[in-house]
Amino acid sequence: MANTYSSWGRYPNRIQNGCSLKRREDDLSSLSALSKNTPFLPYGLGRSYGDSCQNHAGYVVSSAQLNSFISFDSEVGILRCEAGVSLSDIIQVVLPQGWFLQVTPGTKYVTVAGAIANDVHGKNHHTVGSFGNHVIQFELLRSDGTRLICSESQNPDWFYATIGGLGLTGFITWVEIQLRPVKSANLDTENIKYNSLAEFFSISEESVESHEYTVAWLDCSATGASLGRGHFTRANHCQKQYGPIPPVNTEKGKLSFPITPPLSLINNLSVKAFNELYFNRQREINKTAVTNFDAFFYPLDGILHWNRMYGPKGFLQHQCIIPKCNAESAIKELLEVISASGMGSFLVVLKMMGSVPSKGLISFPSEGATLALDFPFHGAKTLGLLLKLDAIVSAAGGSLYPAKDARMSAQLFQQAYPDWIKLEEKRDPNINSDFWRRVTGCQ
Amino acid sequence: MNILIIGASSAIATATARLYAQKYKANFFLVARDEARLSALADDLKVRGATAVTIKVTDFTDDAAYPQWIEEAFTAYKTIDVTLIAHGILGDQEACEKDVNKMKEMMFINGFSPLAMLTELANRYEKQGSGTIAFVSSVAGDRGRSSNYVYGASKAVVTTFLQGLRVRMAKLGVQVLTIKPGFVDTPMTADIDKSGPLWAKPEDIAVGIEKAIVKGKHEVYLPFFWRYIMGIIMHIPHFVFNKLSL
Repeated sequence: MANTYSSWGRYPNRIQNGCSLKRREDDLSSLSALSKNTPFLPYGLGRSYGDSCQNHAGYVVSSAQLNSFISFDSEVGILRCEAGVSLSDIIQVVLPQGWFLQVTPGTKYVTVAGAIANDVHGKNHHTVGSFGNHVIQFELLRSDGTRLICSESQNPDWFYATIGGLGLTGFITWVEIQLRPVKSANLDTENIKYNSLAEFFSISEESVESHEYTVAWLDCSATGASLGRGHFTRANHCQKQYGPIPPVNTEKGKLSFPITPPLSLINNLSVKAFNELYFNRQREINKTAVTNFDAFFYPLDGILHWNRMYGPKGFLQHQCIIPKCNAESAIKELLEVISASGMGSFLVVLKMMGSVPSKGLISFPSEGATLALDFPFHGAKTLGLLLKLDAIVSAAGGSLYPAKDARMSAQLFQQAYPDWIKLEEKRDPNINSDFWRRVTGCQ
Repeated sequence: MNILIIGASSAIATATARLYAQKYKANFFLVARDEARLSALADDLKVRGATAVTIKVTDFTDDAAYPQWIEEAFTAYKTIDVTLIAHGILGDQEACEKDVNKMKEMMFINGFSPLAMLTELANRYEKQGSGTIAFVSSVAGDRGRSSNYVYGASKAVVTTFLQGLRVRMAKLGVQVLTIKPGFVDTPMTADIDKSGPLWAKPEDIAVGIEKAIVKGKHEVYLPFFWRYIMGIIMHIPHFVFNKLSL
């Protein structure tokens, strides 16, 4: 049977039991699958890579059927909707009316409640902070039937615990968020081919004020002086208005990876070839373009189920943040270790995060450099490499992103997120996840 | 565009309503039993672009009330461009085999109740001389199978009725559309293992319904491949079919 409630990385890949909350007025006790003694875990679209969206000691409770909008004030850009509404749904409805998300991650196939629970960030972190910074209020349903309206002024301690709280404080039933006005569905983008890590940091620095969105793709096959070379992309929303924004259909013309191949298609050969080709795809150093929001923010959403290309064993992502003071040296060290291991990452993404403080107790976003890497799972070899990377992150005072993790040590987690103890105090006694048990030992 | 949706909180009806709200900014008259769901859907459609939404809470077992709320719908919007009849229950085949009342209940809700509505609607559409009447039937009505023949029969009743109604209405320029979805992942099918490749999402069915209405089709299988699957199933000889556990 297909694993309907899997994680995105599909490692570890075990059958997960689950059920759906039918209506936002329903209590969790209406779910016959749940009993007092088995913990459950809220589940959105399963885009968390590792085990933070898995709960093999019990059930996951899906928000898939809570997919209605509740209200939208198009004068001020305040949207209220149910927990399971996806960012894709939101864009389709609000963009033609001249509004867009304040913060979007690299996929639009996440639920709005999942975006809060993981306090996701985007390419504009250095200007607006993370998703939680733009949440006005939400309703939190606890397993005892209590409903808490949470905002900065109402139940603020629950508000801060739930943002980035990995779904552990209760089930979010609806949310209200602030959107931002846009004049166009397009962005003015500039792609800069750069040749060294030092160059990345200088371009980042000079772009902080001038560009709302910045991100770099790195060629992981580069070594020596060209280590860290890549393409730096920076962009702003188009300020020109070309008539009304046309209807948005984010579902049209999508390719899909239809099956899981028996072996990972991502291997050393394909990674090297891809990186080489990708780096040289642009001859000129600077290239400017007007890019549609879908292609700019969500290039990987163009291929549905792309995670399948890693084969049945799945893949692991390693995303860290290194504090600004140690960023350049630690990122260099990380890239050298990867390069020496001979296990390339298909996609390497590097971005400077800004100083806007995150609201959540254990929010991942903080000031510094964030590096994201994907590795197909090859057993001990892969895990060994990731441990080496962890050591560098730990020594540099960095942290790993729980939403992307399936294997970090309890020690690294607790060192990076000392406020986990406060989150544990707020955790619903009937909610738990494989991730939380693994990194805290709390049952 | 004015749309009457009967059984509006069913997953297929909801997905279709959302599509019409976003694409046509339509006016809606929504009929269903569950008030909380219906008002949640009304709010949802307004955010998605619906111009106006009127809701009517009623129990479909009360067939005496049909003419009244159909009247209300036509009073509200003068003309109804599309009527979608989408209410129904999957029921429990085994219970229907053991209990004649269960069987009658399913036949009433899925079969006779749409016929009563269609009779009323047909006369209204006859005067109107335009528009579409669409009914969500099922591939299960194409051939009775041991696993769900009561449900299949309840849908077949309406499918056959519509074949005739279509001829009557064709002369007047009214489209009569029979929609035959295959396996759809909805709350109605929540207890069924959905591991096969044949399962479709309600949103996909909605896209197919809108296309069929625009193209003026008479009957549509959704997704399209069910036409071929049912073509094969209908032609399996009895001596083979009787041995299959379909």
